[in-house]
Amino acid sequence: MATGTDPQARTTSGPDPAAHGVHAPSRAAVPARHLRTDRWWLAPAATAAGLFAFVVYSTWRAFSGADYYAEPYVSPFYSPCVAQNCVPMKGGANWEIFGAWWGLSPALLILIFPLGFRLTCYYYRKAYYRGFWASPPACAVPEPRAKYTGETRFPLILQNLHRYFFYFAVIVAGILTYDTVLGFRDESGRWGHMGLGTLVLLINIVLIWAYTLSCHSCRHIVGGRLKHFSRHPVRYRLWGWVSSLNARHMALAWASLVSVALADFYVYLVASGAFDDPRFF
Amino acid sequence: MTAYEAHFRVWRGDVEGGGLKDFHVEVNEGEVVLDIVHRIQATQAPDLAVRWNCKAGKCGSCSAEINGRPRLLCMTRMSVFGRDETITITPLRAFPVVRDLVTDVSFNYEKAREVPAFVPPEGLGPGEYRMWQEDVGRPQEFRKCIECFLCQDTCHVVRDFEENKQAFAGPRFLMRVAELDMHPLDAAGEAGIDRKRTAQEEHGLGYCNITKCCTEVCPEGIKITDNALIPLKERAVDRKYDPLVWLGNKIRRRPS
Repeated sequence: MATGTDPQARTTSGPDPAAHGVHAPSRAAVPARHLRTDRWWLAPAATAAGLFAFVVYSTWRAFSGADYYAEPYVSPFYSPCVAQNCVPMKGGANWEIFGAWWGLSPALLILIFPLGFRLTCYYYRKAYYRGFWASPPACAVPEPRAKYTGETRFPLILQNLHRYFFYFAVIVAGILTYDTVLGFRDESGRWGHMGLGTLVLLINIVLIWAYTLSCHSCRHIVGGRLKHFSRHPVRYRLWGWVSSLNARHMALAWASLVSVALADFYVYLVASGAFDDPRFF
Repeated sequence: MTAYEAHFRVWRGDVEGGGLKDFHVEVNEGEVVLDIVHRIQATQAPDLAVRWNCKAGKCGSCSAEINGRPRLLCMTRMSVFGRDETITITPLRAFPVVRDLVTDVSFNYEKAREVPAFVPPEGLGPGEYRMWQEDVGRPQEFRKCIECFLCQDTCHVVRDFEENKQAFAGPRFLMRVAELDMHPLDAAGEAGIDRKRTAQEEHGLGYCNITKCCTEVCPEGIKITDNALIPLKERAVDRKYDPLVWLGNKIRRRPS
């Protein structure tokens, strides 16, 4: 249709033909990189601040190698303990798989798995791509870089390993559940007791399981990969439950991140003698 | 609410160049941005080009950017803005401009043609298709798409990197791949088409970094990222990165 308005290459009188993105020669000539008038920067800034605070705290605690066990409580950062230099934990997950040669904090050996799970998590990817990478910082706000390949190349193609970290995360959550059960003892190891620390660990493990099971890989594995739900009624039911949790994946990611740090901090306070664990019964 | 005068800045021009032009227009209770654009046409700029049709958020024609956010002109109420607020309207900034608020969205139709169509199952004629609701529930959500291309416009993969348009189909058409791959009667596999693998290798699924802008702007509220793109990524992992699934498929007893 000859309307005289068909797009053509811009003449030399237009903007720089080498410009890219929203300033590409064929697009509407708007000098501003974006025209958003709302506080679009608030969400990525808050996300980056929250994640940064957790990274600082967890780095300090993971490298400290001390004050992580106050019977009957063990910090979720240090369980299971797979090095020989662990504090003996009565009935706890003390597995000296790595022997005596490991001289650093035992937390470093085990935190790789929850860290990998969260680092490759579909929600956290969005959070740190926006918050730290500015890729993009917000919707319709341009990226600061000249080239983008997304998750097509190394190292970001490794994000596809998320489901393997999910499998490990289930094992770690199982061990933390065992630790929570051990929390129903008193300082001398007798069962049937409970303190504030037990409640802290209990809330933490509920949130850890909720976050782990709400994972998109979990949703896929339990039923999402099926083509015919009608042939697999049990998996369809499971998929429905996981989908309900999955809708709250972001909230659960933050809640469990905060709870795991608080649980560790509580154990630190008790183990370092800064706080006496109130016993309920 | 009484009528008031609002300050608009509307992009006017074509591929040769253009800029934001100021308009002071009357606004009445219950109006949407498209009403104001029509009033500008009727009273101040009769040659202002704007694409629109149903005025009910169902045809997907009046996509534009309002205060920098991709939105439908007909579904953006004036009541969401302050009376003193200057409202800026530009055409979609990911596509070539034609004139004023009209862009050339043919990129999307080219990408649509690259997705192999539904493959009818062998041995079933028209009228013989039978499906269970639980099997069609997932792809039904994606059928709500009105093809406004706001998701394509906001996706930074093509919005900020023109060169990626060749390799990347965009959220709308990756959702189409997901829809067909989840369709209970699609016989693409029997026809030698592996939608999971081609999503990654031919339609550029790996470019998506799931930052959810497509979901944020979808006027139909389709959970594009959570229900289409991430499940499709997981299906691609099944094919390309998970030997356990490959082994399971070799020894499984029941079809999925």
